[in-house]
Amino acid sequence: MDGSSQAGPMPKPLPGNSALLRFLTCGSVDDGKSTLIGRLLYDTKRILADQMVALEKDSRRFGTTGPDLDLALLVDGLEAEREQGITIDVAYRYFATDRRSFIVADTPGHEQYTRNMATGASTADLAILLVDARHGIMTQTRRHAFIANLLGVRHLVLAVNKIDLVGYDQARFDQVAASFEEMASGFGFASVRAIPISARYGDNVTEASEQLAWYGGPTLLAHLEQVDLVDASAASGQPFRMPVQWVNRPDLDFRGYSGTVASGCIRPGDPIVVAGSGRESRVARIVTMDGDLARAGAGDAVTLTLADELDISRGDVFAQPDARPEVSDQFAARIVWMDDAPLLPGRSYLLKLGTRTVTASVSTLKHKVDINTYDRLAAKELRLNEIGTCNLSLASPIAFDPYEQSRTMGAFILIDRLTNRTAGAGMIKFGLRRATNIHRQATSVSKQARAAQNRQKPCVLWFTGLSGSGKSSISDLVERALHAQGHRTYLLDGDNIRHGLSRDLGFSQPSRVENIRRVGEVTKLFVDAGLIVLASFISPFRAERRMVRDMLEPGEFIEVFVDTPLEICKARDPKGLYRKALAGEITNFTGVDSPYEAPEQPELLLEGGAFEPASLAERVLDLLRVRGVIGSE
Amino acid sequence: MLVRNGWFDPRTMDGAGPPGPPECCKPDMAIPTRAATGRRWLASRDALRHLVRMTSHLRRLENESILILREVAAEFRAPVMLYSIGKDSAVMLHLAMKAFHPGRPPFPLLHVDTTWKFREMIAFRDQTAARLGLTLISHTNEDGRAQGINPFDHGSSYYTHIMKTEALKQALRQHGFDAAFGGARRDEEKSRAKERILSFRTAAHGWDPKDQRPELWNLYNTRIAAGESIRAFPLSNWTELDVWQYIQAENIPIVPLYLAAPRPVVHRDNMLIMVDDERMRLRPGEIPETRMIRFRTLGCYPLTGAVDSNATTIEQIVEEMTVSRTSEREGRAIDHDEAGSMEKKKREGYF
Ligand SMILES: Nc1nc2c(ncn2[C@@H]2O[C@H](COP(=O)(O)OP(=O)(O)OP(=O)(O)O)[C@@H](O)[C@H]2O)c(=O)[nH]1
Ligand SMILES: [Mg+2]
Repeated sequence: MDGSSQAGPMPKPLPGNSALLRFLTCGSVDDGKSTLIGRLLYDTKRILADQMVALEKDSRRFGTTGPDLDLALLVDGLEAEREQGITIDVAYRYFATDRRSFIVADTPGHEQYTRNMATGASTADLAILLVDARHGIMTQTRRHAFIANLLGVRHLVLAVNKIDLVGYDQARFDQVAASFEEMASGFGFASVRAIPISARYGDNVTEASEQLAWYGGPTLLAHLEQVDLVDASAASGQPFRMPVQWVNRPDLDFRGYSGTVASGCIRPGDPIVVAGSGRESRVARIVTMDGDLARAGAGDAVTLTLADELDISRGDVFAQPDARPEVSDQFAARIVWMDDAPLLPGRSYLLKLGTRTVTASVSTLKHKVDINTYDRLAAKELRLNEIGTCNLSLASPIAFDPYEQSRTMGAFILIDRLTNRTAGAGMIKFGLRRATNIHRQATSVSKQARAAQNRQKPCVLWFTGLSGSGKSSISDLVERALHAQGHRTYLLDGDNIRHGLSRDLGFSQPSRVENIRRVGEVTKLFVDAGLIVLASFISPFRAERRMVRDMLEPGEFIEVFVDTPLEICKARDPKGLYRKALAGEITNFTGVDSPYEAPEQPELLLEGGAFEPASLAERVLDLLRVRGVIGSE
Repeated sequence: MLVRNGWFDPRTMDGAGPPGPPECCKPDMAIPTRAATGRRWLASRDALRHLVRMTSHLRRLENESILILREVAAEFRAPVMLYSIGKDSAVMLHLAMKAFHPGRPPFPLLHVDTTWKFREMIAFRDQTAARLGLTLISHTNEDGRAQGINPFDHGSSYYTHIMKTEALKQALRQHGFDAAFGGARRDEEKSRAKERILSFRTAAHGWDPKDQRPELWNLYNTRIAAGESIRAFPLSNWTELDVWQYIQAENIPIVPLYLAAPRPVVHRDNMLIMVDDERMRLRPGEIPETRMIRFRTLGCYPLTGAVDSNATTIEQIVEEMTVSRTSEREGRAIDHDEAGSMEKKKREGYF
C-alpha cells in the first residue's frame, strides 16, 4: 500500500510495500521447516531469555536433537505437535532485520495437513521449499511447489537443508538444484533460487559458512532481504475495485460505504460504477477518522461517500467505469479441496468471494491433477487435498476478476452448508458467460395466477426413506385422494425418473447428487405450473434434500420422512434388491453399503413400520389441510 | 506522573532517565552452531532508523485489523468486544473507533471483572467508556464472589478458571453474544501463534486446535450453528513492539501503570507484586518497599509482576523494548503454571 496520502500523525513511510515480506516454509515431512524458522528467530534475536529457559526445558522433554536445543520446538506450539514431533497446523511468527520485517507461516509437511499449507501460501509472496539433501525432491515437494504456484506465490527458494548430513558436498547440492530447476521451470515463478543450508547448525541461514565456501551466493536471510517484491505488472494500472463491506449510516446526514480497496486507487471526484447494477456516480469524499484523504490505494481501509444516492448494500463492488470487473453466475476455477467429505458436482455449497456470499455448485468437474506427474485425470469427485479444475454455477451473478489479476477479487472459499466447514478454496480462471447478456424470459401469467385457478397452494411433498419403506404406496394413496377431490397433482417416482430423465446415471454418490438435482429442477417447474407435486425418492443425503428445498420458495418444500426400520424394509424386500445387495450383486445400495442420512427436522414423520399406508396417507392429507395447501372440507 | 482527567495522556508527558539494564540469563544447553555470529539485530541504536520504515508496516496492520472488525460486525448477529483495559485492548478499541467512523462501533464492550484488578484500571475503564460514549458491560462471576474465590487461598490456576474463564462463558451465554473480539496477538505465546484470526468455539466454548477451519486470504468463514460462537482477534499479526509504536504514533490513552513511577511493591515468587489495596495479604517477612516500576502487561494485581524501569514516556518504553531480553509474559503468574497451559486453558474456553 501507499500510505503517503493519509493524513494521520504518522511520519511519511517509504513508497511501496517492500518493507514487509510474507513468506512460508513448506516441503516434505521432517525436512527441517520448523527448525529453520526456529533458527531464524534465534539468530535474529527474537528469542528472549525466559523463552530460552522454556525451550531448554522443552528440548529435554520432547527434543529430537539429543543434547542440543531443538529449535523446532520454538514453533511447534501445540501439545500434540510436541508429543508427535511434527507440525500439524500453521504457525505465524514475526521477526525483523534492519532491512525488512517478516511475517512467516510455518506449514506442516505431512500430507494429511496439506490444506494447512495452502492456508499459509494464500497470503505469502515467497515460499521456502525445503528438501533434505539426502533425499532430494519428494512427492510432497512437488505438491507444495504446485500449490505455491497455484495460490500465486511469486518467489520460490529451494533450501537444500541438512547439508551437514551429506558432508557439505557441492556435487550433491548441484544435483538436487538441477532436478529442482527442471521441476520449477514449468511454473513461471518470478524468481527461483536454490540455497544450501543447515537449519540445525545455522550454516548459511543468517551467516555464511566456511564449510560452504564453494557456494558463492547470498545466505538465505540475505536473499529474503533482497528479493525484489515490486510486481511491475501489478503496481501500475490495476483497475480500481472495492467490495462494500459495511454501510455506514450513523444518522440521516451521513451515508458512507466502508471497505478495503482491493486494487487500483481512487480520488474524490473520480467516477465509479456499482458492478452488479451498473449504476454510476462519483466519489464525493474518502472519509477516515484521521480526516478526509486525497487518495486511497490498494489495501487501504476507508469509507467512501458518493455524489448521488444509490441503492447499495454489503456485497456490492465499486469499480472504475472504463475497466469493470466481469459479472457472471458461471465461471471456471481451480479448487483445492479441504474437507473430509468429497466435493460432489451438483451439490450446493456457500461461496464467499470478497464480501459476498451466494449459493453455488460445481456444474462440471473437468479434471483433477495428478500431483506426481502434474497430468490431468478424469474425476467424478474431489477428495481431501485434491486439486481440480471446475465450472461453477451460482444462484446469482457476482462481480470478480481472474485470480491471476487480483488475489482479492479472484479468490473464494466454499462452505459446507450442513457442517459450516470451510470445504474448499478456489481461484477463478475466467467467466463462462456474461449474465448481463442472458435475460430470463418474463411471462405474463404468474405462478400465483396458475395456483389460484387450481384452487390450491402449489408445493412438493418430498417423501424420503429407505428402499421398501413404503414411500411409493403412501404417495400413491395421497395422490388418489387429492385427485378425487379435484386437485391437480403430479407424482414423480424414483424408478420412473431413472428410466427416462436420469437414464444415463448410476448409483455412485456423484450420480445420486445429479439425479436429485434434476428432479429438483423438474419439481420447481411443476410447482411453478401450480401443481401439488408428490416426489418419492430415497434421496439419502441431507445436502441434496436441502438443495431442493433451497430451489423452492419458503414453505413450498414439505419433507415427509417415511421412517421404517431397516430390518422391516429388508424383510419386505418388495423388489428383491436387499437380497441382491447383501449378496454383493449390486453395490452402493442405501442401507447396505451406502449411508442414509435421516432428516433432522422433517415437516412430517411417518412411522412406516407401525401403521398401515392408508392411515399414514390420511396424516399427510391432514397436514396439507393444516398448511392451507388444500381446502379443509 | 501527569494524569489528566484521570487517564494518561502521552502528549503531556515529559520524562528522563535511561532505560533499565537488560536482564540476562543464559541456558545451560548448547545452541548448535558452526557459523560465527557477529551481526547485530535491531539494537537500540537502530531503532530510530527503523521507526521510519515501521510506519508503512503499521498502516498495513491497521488496515488489516479494520477489515476484520468490519467483517465480524457485518456478519454476526450479536458481537461484543472483550475490553480488558490493557494496551492491546486500548489499540483494539482505537481501531474499532476508526473502523466505524463517523459512526460508533456497533457492539458493546464487555469487561470480565475478577474484583482483583488494579484500582487505576477500573477508573480508566469507566472514563474510557464515558469518553467514547460506548456501552460497557461489566460482568463478575457472582457464584465465585459469594464463595470468596481469591488468588491467595485458591491458587492462580483455579482462581483464573472460576473468575475469568467461567465468568467469560457466563457473560457470553447470558447476553447471547455469538462473536467476541479479543486483543490477543500471535507473538504472545506459542499456542496463540497457531490460532486463527476467527477462532471457532463449540457450544461449550471449547477450542479444538487440531481441527481448525482453514483460513485463506482474508476470507473469513463466519457460519456457525445455534449456540456456537467465534472469538475474533483483529490484532493477531501485531507484535508487542508494533503495539507500543502504534500507541505512540496515534497518541492512544493508556492506563498510567504502564509508565514507571514510584510504587509500593513486595518481592514474591521471583516477581515484584504491587500492594494495590488493603486486601493484599503479606507473607511473613514481606515489607512493602517503594520502587520505580512499571508493568508490561496488566491483569489481577496479586498475580501481575512489575519490572524495574525508569521509562516514563512511551518513547522510553519503545526504547526499553528494543533492548529487553525477556518477554511480556514473564510477568504473568498464570502463564507459569505448566507447559502447554495456555493451550489447555483455551480448550476450556479461555480467551
Ligand atoms: N542434521 C540436521 N538435522 C536437521 C536439520 N534441520 C532439521 N533437522 C532435524 O530434522 C528433524 C525434523 O525437523 P523439523 O524442523 O521438525 O521438520 P519439519 O519440516 O518442520 O517437519 P514437519 O513440520 O512435521 O513436516 C529434527 O530432528 C531436526 O532437528 C539440519 O540442517 N541438519
Ligand atoms: Mg514443522
